[in-house]
This record gives sequence, structure tokens and C-alpha cells, in this order.
Amino acid sequence: MSKRIGLEASFATAEAARMADVDVIAAYPITPQTHIPERLAEMVADGELNAAYVPVESEHSAMSACLGAAAVGARTFTATAGQGLELMHEVVYAASSMRYPVVMTVCNRALSAPLSVWGDHSDAMAVRDTAWIQVFCQNSQEAFDLTLWAFRVGEDPKVLFPVMVHLDGFHLSHVTEPVILPEQEEVDRFLPRFHYPFALDPNRPMTHGGFGPPDIYSEAKIAQELAFRQSKEVVLQAWKEFGDIFGRCYCPVESYRIEGAKTLLMTMGSFTETAKIVIDERRGKGEAIGLISLRLWRPFPFEEFRQTVKDAEILIIFDRCISPGMGGPVFSEVRSALYDEEPRPKVVSLIGGLGGRDMSDEDFDYVVSRGKEIAEKGSEKMLETVGVRGEVIRIRG
Amino acid sequence: MTQKRLKIGTDFTWRDMEVGNIITEAGSAALRRTGDWRSQRPITDKEKCNKCNLCWLYCPDAAIKPLEDGYYETDLFYCKGCGICAKVCPKGAITMIEEEEQ
Repeated sequence: MSKRIGLEASFATAEAARMADVDVIAAYPITPQTHIPERLAEMVADGELNAAYVPVESEHSAMSACLGAAAVGARTFTATAGQGLELMHEVVYAASSMRYPVVMTVCNRALSAPLSVWGDHSDAMAVRDTAWIQVFCQNSQEAFDLTLWAFRVGEDPKVLFPVMVHLDGFHLSHVTEPVILPEQEEVDRFLPRFHYPFALDPNRPMTHGGFGPPDIYSEAKIAQELAFRQSKEVVLQAWKEFGDIFGRCYCPVESYRIEGAKTLLMTMGSFTETAKIVIDERRGKGEAIGLISLRLWRPFPFEEFRQTVKDAEILIIFDRCISPGMGGPVFSEVRSALYDEEPRPKVVSLIGGLGGRDMSDEDFDYVVSRGKEIAEKGSEKMLETVGVRGEVIRIRG
Repeated sequence: MTQKRLKIGTDFTWRDMEVGNIITEAGSAALRRTGDWRSQRPITDKEKCNKCNLCWLYCPDAAIKPLEDGYYETDLFYCKGCGICAKVCPKGAITMIEEEEQ
């Protein structure tokens, strides 16, 4: 029997790694990720988890150690946040291009300066192009479920890519919520033992990480890009298997009350649940409004996304990050994804929740009102940051 | 990439890449002339050499090979021309010369 208990999202993540029976954990503590490696270190010390816990001296070393572990076929896990993710940045690329299915939780944190330990999506957007499969979690249950799922997808012989599971720092990582924990037998059925087909072995010498001169680099990157895009088949298949075993179903683009919706609000991560309150209130008043949440960020789910928004007139994108000199990064991508579609909704950008700033239901109500206003005035190319004190600066983007 | 495939030519496409660009056979470096970006090459004067083997020891690319007579020779197929051998030689027996001087 599965059991339903109150669990902080960080601990739910650690529990998922334990039930996945990881072999190696190499992590360096950083707020707001600390509870994850702390709990895993505790489990290893207490004999609840038979794994090597490598207490590395930096995040660069953490990811490097993860690569080494994955290269010999170990099921490997790490977690980081914000500046830590930046410090390991170059090795993050190596993990995916060397095709090591490491699983990493990122407790999303704003980037310095000014120094902030609080959450936004700046760190996630900085690793957008690293060829990791990336998902955003809305709650503790998803933190558990998507961590298990991440191992299943990444280790699939048709995939062999690392997977990043994003949890909003503090707003999700430190929140205790009810989580349904499955039986070990169910987890084992969903997640068979990992057999890395290219594991380093002295009896079968081979080279990992050779150099790529100009006459081969392009071919290497195109091969990687095709394999990365094809991984979506397994992403979907693994979610289906997950639903069959655990009874909870996931999809790349979650939709909430979108039937007949003329206006759609789009969010990523845990703020989605707050935004749902506003959708319920406005639906209650008869407004044709719905919400979509992008769960699968990479590879970008073009087909599902276009299908979900095709009947909307206005699409309001809420970003928790600014791409300096450009605007909301998710907005930019989404607008680009719709450029060739006919008809397509007016796409409006609003930015907020930077560096841990709370976004209440009232704030999301403003996002919707203001988003509709911008769209109706025809100034949809404007971008605006919600809740900033001082006169409103609206930049043409 | 197998050794055969490492002979990269116009018939080598992205489909020929192994997962993760792994080279699945050992010893493939033998097929790859990595000394061709060298701008200077070491020239050894046997008259000055005392067979101390420091050049062999310090070479970062294992491009210096011992000969049967106890002297050393540089394998220019791999030598990158870094000049470490010339620097560590206690007898000044190794000189770096520009490639175009031949």
C-alpha cells in the first residue's frame, strides 16, 4: 500500500532518489537546495541507502564526479541552485554531450548581484541550451514523481541524456505538502536497474570525451540534437507508464479549465497553483479564461503547446526571469513558436516574482487584467514587470 | 567511431557518430596526426646528449621514444612543439626551430 504523508518537497526529492536506489550522490550544499543533499547524506550514513556520497569541494567538482560515476554505469544524482549551477556550468554541457543520464534537481534561485538566495528562474534560463531534458514541478508530489521519472527517461537506451528537475527555491523546495509515497515494488517495476551500454571497463577499452576538430564537431552536434529531440517519445512513454503504475498522469503542457477559453495565462513551476485560484475566481464570474503550465521545458513540446493554445485569442506569458536586453525568455520562445501559426493568439509578456518576490493570487489577477489590457490596446509587444515600486517602466520589446 | 570510420572524409556523416562521440576501439590515436599544428620542432644534438632521459620523462604527450642505442628521438606524428624537452635538457642538446626552417 502506498502511504500519504506530509513531506517537504526537498525531502520528497531525497526520498525519490533513495527509492530509485541511486549508486552515487555528489553534491555541494547551497541554499535553497541544502535539505536535499543533507537528507541523502543522512540516509547513506544511517545505512538506509547503499550509495557512495561524495562530499565534493565545489559544484564544478560535483558535476565532474557525477560524470565519472555515470561513465562507469552508476545511477547518479546531484542537486544544486543558482550560483552553484553557474559554477558547474561548463560540466553541465559535458554531461549531455557525453550522454550521461545524471539526474539533477535545481532549486531555482536568483543570480547575483545583488546577492539573493531566493527564488526565480534566472538559473534555469542560464542552462536552457545545455541539452538536458528539463521539467518544472508545481508541488511536492511532482518533485517526488518527476525525480523517479527523470531516472527512467534519462537512462532509457534510446535517450541517454541527463535530466534536470526544477523546483522553485523556497516557494516549493521548503514547503511541506501531502505526498503519496509508493511501495518499493512499484518503483522497481517502473524503474529497472540501469545498464549503461558504454560503461568504462578495463576489459573493453574505449575513449569517452575525445576532442572534436572542425571536420567532426558539426556532425557531433547534429547527431546530438536529433537524439535530443527524439527523446520526447520516451518522455511521453515514461509518463504513460508512470500513470499506469502510480495512477498520476503527466503531460508536457498542463491545461487547466481551458475549454472555450479566449484568454490563457501561462506559468511554469509552483506559481501555477496560485494562478489557478485566479482562474477559478474569474471562471466563477463567467470569464472565458484558462491556464496552461509548461512542465516540459526541454525538449520544447512544440506540438502539444500549439495544440493547447490554438483556440485562444490572448496568451499571457508570466516569466520569472529577465533576459537582459530582450525580455521574458519564455515569452520570447513561445512567441517564436507561434510565429508561423495561423490564426495565433496575441502573446503578451509580464515578468514578476524575481529574487523571491511573492506573487499572490491578487498579483496574478493583476497579471491577467493588465495582460488583457495590453493585448486589447494592440501594444502586445510591450513588456512590464509586475509589482516594481516606482513609476511603471514599459519597454517596447 | 570505429578505427575505420576515424578516417574522416566526405562519406562520414552525422549518422556515423557514436552516442556521446565515444570512440569504441582503443588505440585510435595512431590514426590521427596530432602533430600537424606544431609551429616549432625540437632538434636533438646527439653530441651533447648524455642519455639522462629527462626529455622522455617530461614530454606531456609521450612523443619522445627511446632508441636501442640509448638516445631519444621525437615522434613528429604527435609532437606539438611545446618545447618542454628543450627547456628541461640539462645539456642544452635540444633546440626548437621554426617549422618553416625545416
